[in-house]
Amino acid sequence: MGRTLFDKLWDAHLIAELSGTSALIAIDRVFLHERTGAAALKSLAAAGREVADPARVFAVMDHIVDTRPGRGDGTLMEGGAGFITETRSACRAAGITLFDVNDPDQGITHVISPELGIVLPGLTLIAPDSHTCTQGAFGALAWGIGSSEAEHAMATGTLRVARPRTMRVTFTGRLPAGVTAKDMILRLLADHGAGGGAGHAVEFAGEAVRALDMEARMTLCNMATEFAAMTGLIAPDAATSAWLEGRRYAPSPLPDWSDLTSDADAVFDAEIEINAASLAPMVTWGTSPGQAIAVSGTVPQGPERAHDYIGLAPGQPIAGTPIDVAFIGSCTNARLSDLRRAAAILKGKRIAPSIRTALVVPGSGAVRRAAEAEGLDKVFTDAGFEWRMSGCSMCFYAGGESFPAGARVISSTNRNFEGRQGPGIRTHIASPETVAASALAGAIADPCGGAA
Amino acid sequence: MIPFTTLTGIAAPLLRDNVDTDTIIPSREMKSTGKTGLAAGLFAPWRYADPASRAPDPDFVLNQPEYAAAPFLLAGANFGCGSSREHAVWALAEWGIRCVIAESFAPIFRTNCVRNGVLPVELPRAAIAALAGRTITADLARQVVEGHPFAIDAEAKAMLLEGLDAIDLTFKHRDAIAAWQAADRAQRPWVYLETRA
Repeated sequence: MGRTLFDKLWDAHLIAELSGTSALIAIDRVFLHERTGAAALKSLAAAGREVADPARVFAVMDHIVDTRPGRGDGTLMEGGAGFITETRSACRAAGITLFDVNDPDQGITHVISPELGIVLPGLTLIAPDSHTCTQGAFGALAWGIGSSEAEHAMATGTLRVARPRTMRVTFTGRLPAGVTAKDMILRLLADHGAGGGAGHAVEFAGEAVRALDMEARMTLCNMATEFAAMTGLIAPDAATSAWLEGRRYAPSPLPDWSDLTSDADAVFDAEIEINAASLAPMVTWGTSPGQAIAVSGTVPQGPERAHDYIGLAPGQPIAGTPIDVAFIGSCTNARLSDLRRAAAILKGKRIAPSIRTALVVPGSGAVRRAAEAEGLDKVFTDAGFEWRMSGCSMCFYAGGESFPAGARVISSTNRNFEGRQGPGIRTHIASPETVAASALAGAIADPCGGAA
Repeated sequence: MIPFTTLTGIAAPLLRDNVDTDTIIPSREMKSTGKTGLAAGLFAPWRYADPASRAPDPDFVLNQPEYAAAPFLLAGANFGCGSSREHAVWALAEWGIRCVIAESFAPIFRTNCVRNGVLPVELPRAAIAALAGRTITADLARQVVEGHPFAIDAEAKAMLLEGLDAIDLTFKHRDAIAAWQAADRAQRPWVYLETRA
């Protein structure tokens, strides 16, 4: 019987079978950030253990760094500087490569790891960050873990992993114009629930996935964790190699990765098929990423608690809902192509006067520079957006910087949990296009020119 | 790590789906790079009527006197979803929760539980609802809670029962790891990086 891409990655890293379904799996790359990295490194050192191969461990300051230009180690979050200085000293002591606050390569972990060629097809890569699944877009087995597992991987070069089941999500046909990878993943979440991928490693396949560029593939895999999956995966192809060619940590010449596909006769434990041609721009209405609908749709009946928190009643159209804040950023949708598409909608226009805050936080320093070279920063600032330095920023609320109390936010991020962006803040997740169109309208709006 | 064999105590019901780790412990409550001092931030958005003054919300389950020392937390589906922060488990354990019984768990949270001596038990929704507010016993060796059998991976079970440290266990495979890496280095030299000056 043929093997799936996941099976091939698993088999290639299998050191020993353990009890139950668990196995000792070799880990090729570890990526840390300042929010949990210092804790893991300090705990490791306190136990008298060392990082086995520091050359394959990387770290970056992204989670709580200030994103205002002119920043230093200080953070808007009270006490945040300690996370930065302690991560810096712990990385130095362990000999780990760190992309520091004002390093030109600094950026969000899952944006810079691909930019630098740290993630590659066929690798295992882990990070104490749930959105590590983003990097599965390169045909790597990449997944998020906790601090204890990060310590384990650094100390031993391995993890003890319970083998997940396999699932294939096939997007047939072609996406309509203006519909994006973000809308694909939100459709999957809406149809199959935020727990729909539990226990599975999910491979994304089909014509519409093949047609995505690498940045869009990262957006798709990014929210596999919102599906409760271990990770998302996309088989590498010519686009993958073209994207990685010449990246700093990528080998030259690039190896042959053509075997990293699911065999034609491979059998998955679960299969889902979605017709890409039927998709439309999506937005979340509630407090779970699975509570998503078409922008042209109406709010369905959901859990009472979600309706109460978000302040929207069943049956009401979501388009036209007034918003206070527009946010473009995060490991989901803050790469150059995301900024280009949002800027194309905003060019020559102004956001609605009712918008109280509008932020663009580029995914990395490299994205920021490339965007500035194209004049995108000017488009955003002319439209009324602030143009920031890179970091995770207001994807989540760490204290310090906040949106206005009770604000309703249209956000290109990945989570709409109660309080995720601050106490009482109501988050609607959507594509950068939908964020841009909504910022102009001052209300949730369809970027394809639908209602509102 | 403290071994988990059997546990008896009251079961506090938080019967909601998709309880995320941002709610279990918000980022703003993670004030140091250590693993302690987190219980005060546990469920801060729901526990406190006013996050600033920390006035408790009397309606929240853990604020009710009968549940103040509950070692069991009952929940709905997809418990622990969202951020990978292990602080969520550290905060629960520091508070005194040693077993979470849910319809399902987010995968990172589940592993974080096992690495910290907290037993994650999956039971059907109706069975969980029937346990609410009762004094119950979990028996890990027999894999049963009040007559309800539950499944757990053999590896996780052994680690919890014996309170084993995963890194110590893995170091027993040192020779196998070294041999695997030597062979892999020959096969995939491009995976291995040199330390940069």
